Amino acid sequence: MILVRRRAGGLPTGPARVARTRTHELTGGDRVLQWVSGVAAAIPLAGIVFITVMLVFWAIPAIVYSGATFFTSTKFFIGNFYNPDFSVVNGIRAPFGATYGALTFIVGTLATSVIALVLAVPISVGGVLMLSEWIPRRLEGPLSTFLELLAGIPSVVFGFWGLEVFGPFLARHVYPALSHLGAVIPFFKGSWAYNGQGLLTAALVLTAMIIPIVASTTRQLVKRVPVLATEGALALGMTRYEMVRVVTIPYVRTGIIASALLGWGRALGETIAVLLIIGMFNSTPINIFGTTSTLASVIADDLDSALGDATGMAVRALAELGLLLLVLSLLTNLAGRLVVRRVSTDALPVGRGI
Amino acid sequence: MVFWLLCGVALLLIITPAVAVVVSVLVKAAPALRWSLLTNTTGDTANPGLQNAILGTLVLCLGVLVVAGSIGVLGGIYLAEFATGRLGSVLRSASEILAGVPSIVIGLVAYTALVVGLGWGFSILSAILALSLLVLPYVVKTTEVSFSQVPRSLREAAIALGLSRLTTIRKVLLPPALPGIISGLVIAIAISTGETAPLLYTANFSQADPTGALFHDPIGYLTYVTYTYVTLPGAQDQALASAAAAFTILLVLILIFGGRAITARQSKIMARLDV
Repeated sequence: MILVRRRAGGLPTGPARVARTRTHELTGGDRVLQWVSGVAAAIPLAGIVFITVMLVFWAIPAIVYSGATFFTSTKFFIGNFYNPDFSVVNGIRAPFGATYGALTFIVGTLATSVIALVLAVPISVGGVLMLSEWIPRRLEGPLSTFLELLAGIPSVVFGFWGLEVFGPFLARHVYPALSHLGAVIPFFKGSWAYNGQGLLTAALVLTAMIIPIVASTTRQLVKRVPVLATEGALALGMTRYEMVRVVTIPYVRTGIIASALLGWGRALGETIAVLLIIGMFNSTPINIFGTTSTLASVIADDLDSALGDATGMAVRALAELGLLLLVLSLLTNLAGRLVVRRVSTDALPVGRGI
Repeated sequence: MVFWLLCGVALLLIITPAVAVVVSVLVKAAPALRWSLLTNTTGDTANPGLQNAILGTLVLCLGVLVVAGSIGVLGGIYLAEFATGRLGSVLRSASEILAGVPSIVIGLVAYTALVVGLGWGFSILSAILALSLLVLPYVVKTTEVSFSQVPRSLREAAIALGLSRLTTIRKVLLPPALPGIISGLVIAIAISTGETAPLLYTANFSQADPTGALFHDPIGYLTYVTYTYVTLPGAQDQALASAAAAFTILLVLILIFGGRAITARQSKIMARLDV
C-alpha cells in the first residue's frame, strides 16, 4: 500500500540516486519524528543541567553565609525563628543563631554507605558465583527471582522493616555479642538504642538495598565469560574454585568495580529507609551503633521545619546539602560509567538493578 | 570447599532479607486488613482507611505514565533510530547519569522550582513531574534496547521496500518492540508506586480523596502513610502503617513480575523473528 503510494509520487531515477533516497533521505514525516523525538531525548540532559543550576542558584547565599564552617562544623541549627534578632555573616541574614555545619551528615553518609558497600560487594559476588557456577541450572532461574524481589522492595518498606523488625532483632540478639568486639575495636564499645536505631542498622539495611545493583551486573558479566575459557580451565584439571579464581574473577573484575561505584552512589542518596532507621540525631555518633543523620535523610526530615524560616535561609542551607549530595553521587556514577566503558556499555543497570 | 561454603552463605544473605522483608511486612499487616481500608480515608478518625492514599497513588502513576511514558518512549526511539556518534552517546550518558541522581535531590529541586519558584504550591502536577524525571531514564533505556533488539533482517527488509523511517518505525519495528516498551513502562510505574522522597515536598499529603485539581492541591499516596504513621505511637496508626506497607509492596511486586513476564515473552518473539 505504502509502497504503491510512494511509487505514484514518482521515485527518483538512476541507481545512485535511488540508493541515496533509500538510506539517507528523510521524508517530511521522518523529519518531524526526528525533531520531536530529539527534543524528548534531550530532556534527561536538560534535567541534569536544570537540577544542578537550580541547586547552585539556591545554595549560593548559604554557601556565602557558611563558608568553610559547612565542612568543619558538626552543628546544624536552622536558628531561632522567634528571636527578633538575626545572625548576619558576610552580608547574608539568617535567623538568630543559625549555623549550617554539615560535618555530621557527611560523616554519617560516608560511614553508612562505605559499610554497606564493603558488605554488599563480597555478598553479591559470592552469591552470584554460587548461583551461576554451583547451583544446578534448573534452580538458577527460581533463585535469581529473589534478587529481583530484593531490587523491587521500596525504600519505605525497608525503613518500616528496619524500624519494626530488623532493628529490634539486632538490638536484642546481635549487638550484645558484637559489642564484645569493643575490647579490640573501640568503635564497637558502648550502648545502642533499644530498637536498634542507629548507624550500623542503617548500614545493614543499605547493604540489602544495594546488593541487587552489584549482583545483577555481576550476574550478567559472569554469563558472558567465554565458555571456551571456563571449559578449558576445567579440562586442564582445575577445580571449579580454581577456574573461578583464574578465569571468571579476572574477567568480571572491572565490571564489579563499576557496579560497586554505582551501588555506592545509590547508598549515598538513599533517603527514606535511612531516615526511619538511623535515628535522625544531629551529632556524630560515639560508636558504630550510635544514632546520627545523613545528607539525604536530613534534607527530607528538615525541609518541613525549614519552611518556617522567614529569611528563607534554612531551605537554602538544605539546598547546599543537596548540592553536595548531588556532586558526590554524580562523581561515583560517572566514575562507574567510565570504568565500565572499558568492558562493555550495557551491563550496568540503570538505577536500582530492577 | 571453604570458598563455596562462603559463597553459599552469601547467597543465603541475599535470599534471607528478601524473604524476611516481604513475609514480616505481610504478617504484620495481616491483622490490620479490613474492607474499610478501601472505603475510608486516612482522615476518618474512628476507623481510618487508605482510600485517599490508594487513589492518590493511582492518579500519580497515571500521570507518570502519560508524561514519562510519552517523553521516554520518544527519547528512546531517537536514541535507537536517529542518534549516531557523539550526540547519541552524550544523550545516552546524560540519561544514565540522571538515573543516579538521588530521589530526594529531585524532590528538593521540584520543590524549589515548581512548588515555590512557579508558585504551584503542593500539587499533583509538581509531584508527577518530579516522579517522571525520576523514572524517565528507565523508560528511555528500555525503549532504546527494545528497538535495537529488533533483528537486523527486519530493518533491511524495510529499507529494501523503500519504506520511510516513520513507516519503518511504526509498521516494522514497533510491533516487535512493543512488549519491551510496555515492560519498561510497567517497571517505571512500579518505581513510582514505591517512591516517597520526591513526593514529600511536591505532593505533600492530603487526608481527602484526590480532587483532580492540578495546582495548589496536595494529594495522598501509600508510601507517605507508612513513612509517617510508623513513627506514631497509637496501635491504630501502626496498623495503618503496616497495611499501607503491605499494599505498596504487593502493588510493586505484581508490577515488577508482570513487567518481567512481558520481557520474557518478548525475547521469544524476537528469537522467532530473527531469520
